[in-house]
Amino acid sequence: MFSFFDILTEALGLILSWDRALSEIVLLSLRVTLTAVALACLIGLPAGALIGAFRFPGRTIVTVILNALMGLPPVVVGLVVYLMLSASGPLGVLGLLYTPTAMIIAQTILVTPIVAALTKQVVEDLHGEYAEQFASFGLRAHDRIAALLWDARYSLLTVALAGFGRAVAEVGAVLIVGGNINHVTRVMTTTIALETSKGNLELALALGVLLLTIAVIVNAAVMALRASAVRAAYA
Amino acid sequence: MAIDPLTLDRGAATPLLATSALCYDAGGKRLIDNVTLSIRTNRRTMIMGANGAGKSLLLRLLHGLLEPTEGTVLWHGRTPGRAARLAQAMVFQNPVMLRRSVQANLRFALAAHGVRGKDRAEQTDQALVMARLTHMARSPARVLSGGEQQRLAVARALISKPDLLFLDEPTSSLDPASTQMIEDLVNAAHAQGVTIVMVTHDLGQARRMGDDVIFLHAGQVAERGALADVLAQPTASSTKAWLEGRLYTAKNP
Repeated sequence: MFSFFDILTEALGLILSWDRALSEIVLLSLRVTLTAVALACLIGLPAGALIGAFRFPGRTIVTVILNALMGLPPVVVGLVVYLMLSASGPLGVLGLLYTPTAMIIAQTILVTPIVAALTKQVVEDLHGEYAEQFASFGLRAHDRIAALLWDARYSLLTVALAGFGRAVAEVGAVLIVGGNINHVTRVMTTTIALETSKGNLELALALGVLLLTIAVIVNAAVMALRASAVRAAYA
Repeated sequence: MAIDPLTLDRGAATPLLATSALCYDAGGKRLIDNVTLSIRTNRRTMIMGANGAGKSLLLRLLHGLLEPTEGTVLWHGRTPGRAARLAQAMVFQNPVMLRRSVQANLRFALAAHGVRGKDRAEQTDQALVMARLTHMARSPARVLSGGEQQRLAVARALISKPDLLFLDEPTSSLDPASTQMIEDLVNAAHAQGVTIVMVTHDLGQARRMGDDVIFLHAGQVAERGALADVLAQPTASSTKAWLEGRLYTAKNP
């Protein structure tokens, strides 16, 4: 039998000792997650803004599909990306399978619909307020999108945060396409799964505590920024 | 295009803005019904009428914010394009403030008209002085008072030097001092050649500012002409009721 508090004590000791293996795993996790969220924002913010600000044939269907994609099963995404990147797949020649790039691709696919769907809602609300004024200014479509994204920037930080939350906690897809290879594709979530199955609960819990801490710090920073923006009437 | 008697009576050339048999339907109802009128250059036209008469709707149709169900709107005798939109500006009853600073709101309007760099900075400063908002330049626009926001909205509309300025009851929720400042801004713009079309419920304001008047009743033009003439000898029953201060509704003039 193990004592939870004994394991927690050892886990905290591991964190405080901050060995090279631990930092390698944490840094790779952050690199993969932040890159995926940045790419998802690059695609999802303008796409969501377009859908939110403009009426076009098929808009309802696009919205339904986008909302459905928010609940994409990670293992299914992992499987599809695996098939695309495997040696016999259409992108096999790139040799990306079992690399951090493959993990970034999988996470980007998972996070983009979340960013786009939430952006659509934020921008749609703001556009309802601005639409007549923008029409009066004679703004072109790309100027409207740019202005809406800029004025909604503090709300969109929360959108990016939702994407970050999904990406940083993801395990199924990155395990399939990354392979959880030591010193190559091992990230916090996949390591927690692996070490738990091996009975190495101290390392698993240490990574769990770190994961939670990162999530709390990022959330707190974004919320503080947004709160100050609200106080200053910019959000 | 239908003939506009007012334009012909005065022997004017092509009007700045003209409508022909303009109609607008919504929810199965005809809200603007067969409106033919013209707006002449450098005149101040007041649009008046009871609530629900279609004043704000007509303003939006004239500015091109709504597509008419029937009829046409012509700008200098032609179908208005983007150039017409850029030559017009509008101030709404409830000013729409971008989530930016006061000066950023002004800069945004200039950027929309392609003004950049040093010119933009100079014109922004001039507009701040004109609107008496220099001390608030860096404040978020949404923390301004109602009167300040409306002054900013007027300054933002005028900063692009429009030929035609639409105003939809810009002073309806303002106190006399704030109303005076808005009227001063509008009159100063008019003195520089800007044509004014303004919706107002305030007969005193119409007397102070108007050259021409259009009285709407149930989506139709009940009466129109030079303001002094219409006030002296109203012919439509709804206009008479308005001027006599009698209570009337859109259904019962």
